[in-house]
Amino acid sequence: MKKIINAPTDVVTDALRGMAAAHPERLRVRFDPAFVARADAPVADKVAVVSGGGSGHEPLHVGFVGSGMLDAAVPGAVFTSPTPDAVRAAVGEVDGGAGTLLVVKNYTGDVLNFETAAELLEAENIGVRTVVVQDDVAVRDSTNTAGRRGVGGTVLLEKIVGAAAARGDDLASCHEIAERVSAGVRSMGMALTAPTVPHVGEPSFELADYEMEVGVGIHAEPGRERVELESADGIVWRLLEPVLDDLPFRRDDEVLLFTNSMGATPQTELYLAHGIAERFLAERGVRVTRRLVGPYITSLEMRGLSFTLLKLDDELRRLWDAPVSTPALTW
Amino acid sequence: MPCTARDAAAAVRRGADAMAEHRDELVELDRAIGDGDHGENMDRGFRAVVAQLDLADPPTPGAVLKLVATSLISSVGGASGPLFGTAFLRAASSAGEVEELDGATLAASLRAAVEGVVSRGKAEPEDKTMIDALLPAVRAAEERATSGADPAEVLAAAAEAATTGARSTVPLIARKGRASYLGDRSAGHLDPGARSVALLLAAFADVTGVE
Repeated sequence: MKKIINAPTDVVTDALRGMAAAHPERLRVRFDPAFVARADAPVADKVAVVSGGGSGHEPLHVGFVGSGMLDAAVPGAVFTSPTPDAVRAAVGEVDGGAGTLLVVKNYTGDVLNFETAAELLEAENIGVRTVVVQDDVAVRDSTNTAGRRGVGGTVLLEKIVGAAAARGDDLASCHEIAERVSAGVRSMGMALTAPTVPHVGEPSFELADYEMEVGVGIHAEPGRERVELESADGIVWRLLEPVLDDLPFRRDDEVLLFTNSMGATPQTELYLAHGIAERFLAERGVRVTRRLVGPYITSLEMRGLSFTLLKLDDELRRLWDAPVSTPALTW
Repeated sequence: MPCTARDAAAAVRRGADAMAEHRDELVELDRAIGDGDHGENMDRGFRAVVAQLDLADPPTPGAVLKLVATSLISSVGGASGPLFGTAFLRAASSAGEVEELDGATLAASLRAAVEGVVSRGKAEPEDKTMIDALLPAVRAAEERATSGADPAEVLAAAAEAATTGARSTVPLIARKGRASYLGDRSAGHLDPGARSVALLLAAFADVTGVE
């Protein structure tokens, strides 16, 4: 294992120290339990939006803390959900009296820990609603599995619901918008190489030089199939076809296309793939009116990419365009 | 011989040793069908448990179990934190405030534990989860308890059934947790959560058996 770290068990804490040092004006970083909050939290009478999950997907979630997006993010150990007491502490610090929306990716650990945290918070009379993001179409069989995983759609949902909270929507309205995003977003990803979890020390899976994993998850869980590497055209088709099949986009529908790097994909390849994806969608009459390209939900140093499509309406587009100021996303 | 708070604490410490000794094995099992964090998480959790035990001196077996539960819930994360935490929490509630557990009350605690895990995780038998080790263990414990066995005998029966139960997960296709995303590819691997249950029960039985 070759990494720029000191001790494998200190990776998350050490990285948080670095974030605190890099963004003193924006972020307040707490340890034991660990969470990252907006420096100006709690914002009075605003719904707080709080998310969290295993570390190793940065900038998700800690890089999205700031005005117009998350009020707090709770990082767990690498690829491991945070614990309920950490979520409770974060919400306790940022809840401004208007309640808190929890954004949870659909993984067994995250769902169980956030569920327990929500129970604790309700016992303290803090209004809490939860949205579980489950946008990964690579999971075909939701009955005999833990269900579709929450992946790229989470980034878009956090931005949009963060904007809704910032404009003054109440908790019920924020929750409704979050559910609308969740219903209209689909993703699929692939990998060329596996990431190495620091405390494991070895790559999460073995992949031959000529192979790729299609439908991979953000913890490097295997996906739909392992096939021989193809051209970029082939890869884009393999990812976008199931996304389009799953969410019936009608002709002239307006979408946001999010082309995401899994961590170590060069920008050249990412833009190359994005260009092909735009052409692919144009040929099918799907109108891409908003884009996001870059490494926003990653799997450590995994090479690969994912595509996310979100169906837009006037309100979702306005919320997407609204100002945001976080370490990883700003406009 | 009944099980006192001291016995329970000693058993938990032995369980922590087992998690440390088998950390790498559990990591390997989880790397095959999950993401490789199970051994690390359980080891970290039980280190936290031992640290809390060093600070407190819980007066009853139920208090020991509750301390284990709260320490695991606040230190493990992942799915294992809430699931193992719930198991110990329900076992603690079942044990109540009695000074000593006999075979029957111990078996009842184990029953409460498995019911807690099922209600949290919604797994059913043969979903390739910790349930596949825990449920047969509870059944074996109850059977031994009915014939008047003491805690040591009850735990020995539970440990043996858990080991067999864990082994039975090898051919199964996972339907819950992260391994379920593998579909057919999850067959042929021992479930790490089931293995942890078997290791913990064997460690608990080990201590009560010696005394």
